[in-house]
Amino acid sequence: MSHLAVQKTYKLYIGGAFPRSESGYTTEVLSASGTFLANAAKASRKDARDAVVAARSAVSKWSGATAYNRGQVLYRIAEVLEGRRAQFVAEIVASENVSAAAAGTQVDEAIDRWVWYAGWCDKYTQVSGNANPVAGPYFNISVPEPTGVVAVVAPQDSSLLGFVSALAPALVSGNTVVILASERFPLSAISFAEVLATSDVPGGVVNILTGSARDVAPWLASHADVNALDLVGANALDWISLEIAAADTLKRVLPPESGSDAAAPALARIQAFTETKTVWHTKSLI
Amino acid sequence: MTFLEYAPAPESTGLLNLKDSYGLFIDGEFVEARGESFATISPATEKTIALISTASDEDVDAAVAAARRAYDSTWSRLSGRDRGKYLFRIARLVQERARELAVAESLDNGKPIKESRDFDIPTVAAWFFYYAGWADKLDHAGLGANPSSLGVAAQVIPWNFPLMMLAWKVAPALAAGNTVVLKPAETTSLTALLFAEILQQADLPAGVVNIVTGAGATGRTLVNHPDVNKVAFTGSTAVGREIARSLAGTSKKITLELGGKAANIVFDDAPIDQAIEGIVNGIFFNQGQVCCAGSRLLVQENIHDEVVARLKERLSTLRVGDPLDKNTDVGAINSAAQLARVTELTAAGEAEGAVRWSPSCDLPSEGFWFAPTIFTNVQASHRIARDEIFGPVLSVLSFRTPAEAIAKANNTPYGLSAGIWSDKGSRVLAVADKLRAGVVWANTFNKFDPASPFGGYKESGYGREGGRPGLAAYLKPAPLGSSAAAPATPAAPATPAVTAPRSTSARKKAAK
Repeated sequence: MSHLAVQKTYKLYIGGAFPRSESGYTTEVLSASGTFLANAAKASRKDARDAVVAARSAVSKWSGATAYNRGQVLYRIAEVLEGRRAQFVAEIVASENVSAAAAGTQVDEAIDRWVWYAGWCDKYTQVSGNANPVAGPYFNISVPEPTGVVAVVAPQDSSLLGFVSALAPALVSGNTVVILASERFPLSAISFAEVLATSDVPGGVVNILTGSARDVAPWLASHADVNALDLVGANALDWISLEIAAADTLKRVLPPESGSDAAAPALARIQAFTETKTVWHTKSLI
Repeated sequence: MTFLEYAPAPESTGLLNLKDSYGLFIDGEFVEARGESFATISPATEKTIALISTASDEDVDAAVAAARRAYDSTWSRLSGRDRGKYLFRIARLVQERARELAVAESLDNGKPIKESRDFDIPTVAAWFFYYAGWADKLDHAGLGANPSSLGVAAQVIPWNFPLMMLAWKVAPALAAGNTVVLKPAETTSLTALLFAEILQQADLPAGVVNIVTGAGATGRTLVNHPDVNKVAFTGSTAVGREIARSLAGTSKKITLELGGKAANIVFDDAPIDQAIEGIVNGIFFNQGQVCCAGSRLLVQENIHDEVVARLKERLSTLRVGDPLDKNTDVGAINSAAQLARVTELTAAGEAEGAVRWSPSCDLPSEGFWFAPTIFTNVQASHRIARDEIFGPVLSVLSFRTPAEAIAKANNTPYGLSAGIWSDKGSRVLAVADKLRAGVVWANTFNKFDPASPFGGYKESGYGREGGRPGLAAYLKPAPLGSSAAAPATPAAPATPAVTAPRSTSARKKAAK
């Protein structure tokens, strides 16, 4: 007896919930050979603004958690992702028309990169911060802190690896994120939301939008409550206009990257979304 | 019942699944030792828990050979990423079996279950978690790009924090790519052997960690083994000195974490409630069997009497007794030998003219017990102000000015830790600058974190455990001029060299 599959409705992920787009619009997601895979929600300006509100409200909890706790929560994501490996492989095979082996390699690399970034939570301050030997009786130390809400345009050419490679580094220091999934390959991003939702990640820390980056990215770039903008996957967009819009509130901006290894693992991607705070304290004379 | 009397609340030992006797853990398997077995006992009852093996010279040889094979064939070839994954597994398994490990630790060591449950074992997991994340980030350890591991590490650990000391040693060694032969202390081998089971559950490749039990002779054979590249020892200054002497002229890299006689300095503007709690925690935590214990209390003269009165009041509420009772504050002394040492030194304190005080408390008739004790009228020349007692005994001295406090605090051959209590930040920082100690706690005491380096100045040893220095202790830079040494990443701030000048004068023997 054959089992008729129950198909999944792919929705957005905002504030820890899975709403449909407020617009009521969806876009068809097709396989490489043109067959129908699913309808993905087509996020609107309102969805983007809701996502920013959710991200902002999650900043104090996520950035206020100890680095050890953040590291464990991120590591938990890798554990859950590993357990769903087969699901991601199947989804990537259907979406990207690659072999199961190639899809497996992509998922494995996504898991390993995630673990790499998880390990940075309680280390990046030791590598990026330092004591400053100022010429006077002062204690003086510089420490990196998260900048706040980071909006990300995920790499467009891969389902999962590009997505996690852009997402993970922004989370390490305690930022919260609104991320636009690949327009062509959005399904893995929403399945990844299910991983997040079952991994002790507080709601609102990661918010995932699918649909047209061309339509939504400008609203995030100009949003006054967004602190930084990662344009890694914005090659095909008018990204210079996005950077100009971001300048109004002096957002920190990372430029587009191209190639299959866009958003390659780097400490610099963590540091890009941090602020350096220097604290002076007097030392009395004894 | 008064409000201070609690009904017994013993933690069950039912979750333990101990064997009657334990072999050595060599090359991934438990094997029979060639030496004699000995009993490990509960210091609270003197009852035997299990039989532990003594590793002979041949057994140590086999363990080092297994570690060398594992280093050459497996561990040094594994990617940092995969080494990290094994360490993450170990961290998770420790978390999952935390209660079992805590009960075993309290049973074997005598420490209160609230400490093993809420401090020792969580710290073990944290240590593995932290260093797991370093395994694939060695370029950032502070030694330049592509640093390499050292080889086989010989690690000898003490009985005061048995599993935690194991974690401090094993986690960074494996993260950096070394293999390990570890010798736990003679009286507290049990949790190390349970840890070996965890390594099997984690499917760690055979020989990467080998555990040889036994007494001092086993440790001596291990650290002097010619095929060992790194020696890490935590224990007494006397043994640390012996190791440094016997390894002179070899290329073995050494980390020594030895004794201490920490000053805990209380200024008259200190937040007094917190200070009283901090002083009590500083010296009665783990029955005072802590190398960094705040065993010398330096109180500013004008608040001396008030602080002493408050301390006596607080000590009167400490509950001494069954380590497995959840309400116990002070457990058993680890061994008869240690109890004898504490008894001898406190007798010397009285004989030299210091004033002794203990709260009235009923001590169990069996096991090794010592009531919390305070000495006042202590002079800097008294043995109780100079020798490491390593027991629940506080020596109170006074001072008038910050300069006097600093001079008295530094008047010791040790330099492991110190405490400062004051509401004035500028004074805290200035005093901290002048203290010759590796860890300075301000308005807190006995805080430990895998991200934070720990270790001593002077005769408290050299090298650091924890943080980046703790990782660098198990690495060496890529050879000069090699392409591997070219910077692959933006240069990180250099880690200061951790080998401090040391005196070789054998001033006294001390327990760690």
